[in-house]
Amino acid sequence: MSRPQSQAEYLARLVPPSVAGINRRSLLAGAAGTGALLGTGLLAGCGDDSGSGGSSKDVSLGSNQSDPKPKEVLVKVTDGFKASSGVQVAVNTVDHNTFQENINNYLQGKPDDVFTWFAGYRMRFFAQKGLASDISDVWGKLSGYSDAFKKASTGDDGKQYFVPGTYYPWAVFYRKSVWQQHGYQVPTTLDQFTALGAQMKRDGLTPIAFADKDGWPAMGTFDILNLRINGYQFHIDLMAGKEAWTSDKVKKVFDTWAGLLPLHQPDSLGRTWQEAAQSLQQKKSGMYLLGLFVGQQFSNDEQDDLDFFTFPEIDPAIGAKALDAPIDGYMMARKPKNEENARKLLEYFGGKAAADINLKNDPAVLVANSGADVGGYTALQKKAAELVGSATEIAQFLDRDTRPDFASTVMIPAIQQFIKNPKDIDGLTSSIENQKKSIFTD
Amino acid sequence: MSDLPLIQADRAVPPPATTTSTGGRRRRLRLLSRTDRVVITLMVLVPLLLVTGFVWLPAAATVLLSGTNWDGIGPLNEIEFVGARNYSDVVNIYPPFVPAIQHNLLWLATLFVVATPFGMFLAVLLDKELRGSRFYQTALYLPVVLSLALIGFVWQLLYSRDQGLINAVFGSSIDWYGDSNVNIWAVMVASGWRHVGYIMLLYLAGLKGVDPSLREAAAVDGASEGRTFFRVVFPVLRPINIIVLVVTVIESLRAFDLVWVVNKGRNGLELISALVTQNVVGEASRIGFGSALATIMLVVSLVFITIYLATVMRENRE
Repeated sequence: MSRPQSQAEYLARLVPPSVAGINRRSLLAGAAGTGALLGTGLLAGCGDDSGSGGSSKDVSLGSNQSDPKPKEVLVKVTDGFKASSGVQVAVNTVDHNTFQENINNYLQGKPDDVFTWFAGYRMRFFAQKGLASDISDVWGKLSGYSDAFKKASTGDDGKQYFVPGTYYPWAVFYRKSVWQQHGYQVPTTLDQFTALGAQMKRDGLTPIAFADKDGWPAMGTFDILNLRINGYQFHIDLMAGKEAWTSDKVKKVFDTWAGLLPLHQPDSLGRTWQEAAQSLQQKKSGMYLLGLFVGQQFSNDEQDDLDFFTFPEIDPAIGAKALDAPIDGYMMARKPKNEENARKLLEYFGGKAAADINLKNDPAVLVANSGADVGGYTALQKKAAELVGSATEIAQFLDRDTRPDFASTVMIPAIQQFIKNPKDIDGLTSSIENQKKSIFTD
Repeated sequence: MSDLPLIQADRAVPPPATTTSTGGRRRRLRLLSRTDRVVITLMVLVPLLLVTGFVWLPAAATVLLSGTNWDGIGPLNEIEFVGARNYSDVVNIYPPFVPAIQHNLLWLATLFVVATPFGMFLAVLLDKELRGSRFYQTALYLPVVLSLALIGFVWQLLYSRDQGLINAVFGSSIDWYGDSNVNIWAVMVASGWRHVGYIMLLYLAGLKGVDPSLREAAAVDGASEGRTFFRVVFPVLRPINIIVLVVTVIESLRAFDLVWVVNKGRNGLELISALVTQNVVGEASRIGFGSALATIMLVVSLVFITIYLATVMRENRE
């Protein structure tokens, strides 16, 4: 399951949304701080155990799907694989955050044959470091994937290293009833968008709900502005450290954002995305740029009232066809113990049967395989799938498209600094550039 | 409460020493049978190994790693040494560093000037055997017992900008956790809330141990309450005072948990410990850079540890 979704689900069960500021991520990160080494041993140990059988009748899978719902779905998928191939899957489930925190050590130790991961820079990085295996031959047998998905599964060397499973798009969400009441129209250009925001202000609404207490939600805003102003390739190059942050292109992104900030909900640095989503749900805000998981803050009978549009076009030469849609999926470790079975398992994960099981059992995600039977989608899911299907390029979100150290130790403080003081763009971009140079050394 | 036995242990050391010395040389030799020697060796060796393995080796490794650009990937022999670059990066181009140092010092100052004296004051009040003092004692100590996660929840309920109690009651819209000018104080209140209870209990235990005849003598001599405390009780409590001082310094240096729960030590809540964690732990794995931060923290801690040890050793000599 994608990161914010599991976070929200976890919280929804535990605490009222008002106290959602503390989440599993922060708790575990704290715990991992002291237990990182222990966790490493644990992970490596488990991998060793589950893979030690080495018979041709089994294969091991390292899974980060630790929440009950996705975990149950994964069991159903692996059962399906067993039924079709006769190979037993030993699922080694590790807590979602622990898995992510320990991924370096896990992959360098004795990882499971197949493991869950995300598309993006990190996937390509593991491929380049030889920590994951080339699975281009599996891709030869897969069907039902758009070029965008294939591109997102491809490493720097042009080979495929990743099989997509599920995903969710980022878009601007709103309540139909509120928009009908005020007679708003979906904006298709930045000017219309700004005018709509101004109108909402006059109508007593907060135009754009906004929260960045946890540091990552505002990355979505930066991403979409960058994609609209400079396009997908620039986004990828910028994230890979190949473009200068001090360039006019980046400054224009911050400039545009600074122009939009007055339309955003103020004091965002103390607010969680759940609280911001609730302001949309309570009809206090007009719209909210977030992932599909925003729906989790809406009750079941309100789901039909939720709608979205993709962020409007800024530069006609660039268009509005690219978007953030983080993809979760599977990779194969280097030197798997049961390589043949691992490839079979990946083929099954990428196939229609697995997608159908996912779709039937978990309504909170979209499945990547277009061959799946999408009759069970809600209206919102259908629209989201169409949006992503029509996208020319799919970005993975800032913190998945770049080095994790750069995203968390440089970009989060930098974006928060920008929100605090949107005026000093020159100082901000040169600070980012200096730190980037020290991190992207090779 | 774990600190209390320490004090008692200090006092308990002399008696056994006197019994062995009166036992004479012969008896001592007999006492040290082979089993004894094995036990003693083990008792020295095991803690020594533990301290070396879990404290000194990691500390040395941290200092070593701080001169590299290791990212946690690849074998150790591929580590590249980059000299003092991490340190110059920390000081010159890492924006959170200076605020972090300031916040750590601010933390120390606030605990030292406000929270610790207040905890001592409460202890003195409770020592007066007021009615219901047990209740107050429990109420004030409760925050120390509560789990960190719970404290995070409790204060989030109060501080939340849109849904919090404080803004609801006063009709204000202060962004307690988000405004970087305010949030350090908001967190400090939460941290002080815990610290006061801790100091109070430590000090109360010390006060209970003060010989009542001292106070009676002071009263007979006509000393006022305040004079009795500052001239008689406070000097007598010197060992406790040192413990309290050390606890305060330790608490402010290791301040981490609340800040991490609130926003992972960003946006106005930077602390050295949080920066180390952000860089080293997790997927970021900026191990060389994080180690440089950790080394800086180690140096700062060493200053305080040295002062403390110097004081204690001078005391022992006297």
